[in-house]
Amino acid sequence: MSIFIDENICNGCKGLPESRCERICPGNLCYRKENMKADIRDQSACWTCACCVKECPVQAIELRLPFQICNNHASLKARLKHDKTIWTILDAEGNQEEFIIQAKLLKGD
Amino acid sequence: MNIVSIDTDILIIGGGAAGCFAAIEIYKKSPNYQVVIMEKAHIERSGCLAMGLNAINAYLHPDQTPESYASYIERQFEGIIRKDLVYSIIMGLNEVVRNVEEMGLPILKNADGTCQRRGKRSIRILGERLKPILAEAVQKTSARILNRVVATNFIFNGKRVCGAFGYGVKTNAFYIIRAKAVIVATGGAAGIYRPVNSGEARHLMWYCPWNVGTGYAMGIRIGAEMTSFENRFIPLRVKDVHAPTGTIAVGVRPKNINARGEDYLELYYKHLGGNRCLTHHRLLATIEEVKAGRGPCFLDTTTISEEEEKRLKKDYLNMNPQIILLWAGKDMNPRKRPVEIQGTEPFIVGGHCQAGYWIDKERRTTIQNLYAAGEVAGGAPKKYVSGSWVEARIAASSALGNIKEEYLEEIDNELIQKEKTRVFAPLTRKTGSVWPFGVRERLQKVMDEYAGGISMGYALHEERLLEARRLLASLREKVKDIAAVDSYNLVEALECIDKIDVARVLVEHLIYRKETRWSCYQTRLDYPQKDDNRWLVFVNSVYNPYTDEITMIERPLQG
Ligand SMILES: Cc1cc2nc3c(=O)[nH]c(=O)nc-3n(C[C@H](O)[C@H](O)[C@H](O)COP(=O)(O)OP(=O)(O)OC[C@H]3O[C@@H](n4cnc5c(N)ncnc54)[C@H](O)[C@@H]3O)c2cc1C
Ligand code: SF4
Ligand code: SF4
Repeated sequence: MSIFIDENICNGCKGLPESRCERICPGNLCYRKENMKADIRDQSACWTCACCVKECPVQAIELRLPFQICNNHASLKARLKHDKTIWTILDAEGNQEEFIIQAKLLKGD
Repeated sequence: MNIVSIDTDILIIGGGAAGCFAAIEIYKKSPNYQVVIMEKAHIERSGCLAMGLNAINAYLHPDQTPESYASYIERQFEGIIRKDLVYSIIMGLNEVVRNVEEMGLPILKNADGTCQRRGKRSIRILGERLKPILAEAVQKTSARILNRVVATNFIFNGKRVCGAFGYGVKTNAFYIIRAKAVIVATGGAAGIYRPVNSGEARHLMWYCPWNVGTGYAMGIRIGAEMTSFENRFIPLRVKDVHAPTGTIAVGVRPKNINARGEDYLELYYKHLGGNRCLTHHRLLATIEEVKAGRGPCFLDTTTISEEEEKRLKKDYLNMNPQIILLWAGKDMNPRKRPVEIQGTEPFIVGGHCQAGYWIDKERRTTIQNLYAAGEVAGGAPKKYVSGSWVEARIAASSALGNIKEEYLEEIDNELIQKEKTRVFAPLTRKTGSVWPFGVRERLQKVMDEYAGGISMGYALHEERLLEARRLLASLREKVKDIAAVDSYNLVEALECIDKIDVARVLVEHLIYRKETRWSCYQTRLDYPQKDDNRWLVFVNSVYNPYTDEITMIERPLQG
């Protein structure tokens, strides 16, 4: 598994013709199921680029490494702000670390 | 199925680094011309730049001259570069970087206003949103953007390129785009060789897995001359997650150590330059250490400070977030454990190495009205992102320069029907067919085992390559029957065909160069020496679609 989508958090980007994660995935992998929850077409085709993770407005998606690569669970989430990206890393021992990365002002600023 | 016909002045295929920059450039110079960008994903996060970058790897610092820069590239590529192309890139680097800074890219600066260095020819940026920044600048132009439209073939009337055909992944539509000039900027090719990681992690690779070489294949199929496919790129990367090692190497200057803790570059590879050896010799040394039983090999990060570790993590979050997860796995932290490194599968790229279209200084290909920029263009290695922008700028000006005399060609209906049938046929096939999954695995197996993939330690020799040639010809026959279940699967099927066309040309190049020039990238067991008397030439190829033959051509270094 490369991304994990929490269906309890995903709101399906309701009202949008295309969900945000679907729009952004460079491999055309994300899509909305009939119940308007996001899913990934093929986990093994995921580049683990985290574009969908950054784009989701409610942090329903987290990045993980496939079990084959790392058998200890760690996860990465991101929040986009106007001029920065805030990353949250949860390591295998449950420690949480946060990083704030400066980026450019986004549209509308 | 819908048919969408569009007429435009300039068609740009691939909205990545080069494609976006070309559109911006055309608008700046001649805002009245119509431009269409055809992009298989969404230009906001597509291609190599999707994750972001933390450095611009090609930049002319004040202490470098164009000559010192060019001679560095010439040394790295063992004498074989197109100096005219390389110089034209070097001269434009700083200006394009300034342009992208004006678009909003944060570049780290020193107190005196100069760019912060990452290395001798590299600068530090906060580039996590580099692609959205470029996309936003494109959106300010009048360019029409066709997102999720995959280019499938050029429209070629036997003399000139008159546009391109495309497939709309979301709409299932067939696109016929006529243009007076076409700029191809689809990047290089991943997925030709069997990847290091398999199963659920098969796409956890360094190069963008959706740059599959379609741009090369489309050119090959109309007889465009290609160059240097034998100069494969095999990056040395962080094991399993393929994160670039340069971020660590330049950031904290660790030693390359083997399993015994020895600085192996200094200890065993003095004759290659020790710690100052060429990029591919670093890979060679690492592979040799493992072969000698002194592997695995590492970058020794265990001496870095907590502060440096934080900086490294931040740098990677700008460019390669997966490595953060590796480090967050138990006991993998870089201060606790050195970072293991390995060579990846080979990629065909014109930006790090020099596989691609044979072009002139104006970025014209050998086919009329067709220009190439970025990774898909050959002859000028180490161009990276900024070099791709420079090429896009040059291609844009030359396309604009020629366009006044150009016109839109009437397209033969038979040509349209033929391509439409080719593109949609996989959806109509069912039982007894071959499927993209199987074809991909077959191609990657053949290339890995017979054309110098990882399982062969990247080494090549004639008999195996001849076998690769035979097996690829047979696979190509079989693939005429490829089937697909839906539009996503159809794109995979078309990509399989493209990859096989690229692989066939690659194998011919590998057979042709009978020396060992770039160890690991191109190691011939049957010709282990570098031979400057015979092989200081470009190896080029032209495919003939009528006879299905590939002709090899030698070109002198000056192009
Ligand atoms: C992981 C990684 C890290 C890198 N880090 C750095 C760095 O730190 N510094 C640096 O200077 N350089 C770096 N590079 C190199 C840099 O990203 C590339 O040199 C640059 O992006 C090449 O530009 P391009 O336009 O040729 O290719 P891309 O930017 O990849 O653009 C190609 C575009 O074509 C599209 N496309 C492909 N096929 C089709 C088709 N059939 N139809 C329509 N569209 C298609 C793709 O979706 C993509 O958008 C890195 C590259 C990678 C892969
Ligand atoms: S991580 Fe990247 S490749 Fe994977 S689903 Fe998300 S956007 Fe697509
Ligand atoms: S972007 Fe987030 S909320 Fe929207 S569909 Fe995707 S996972 Fe659900």
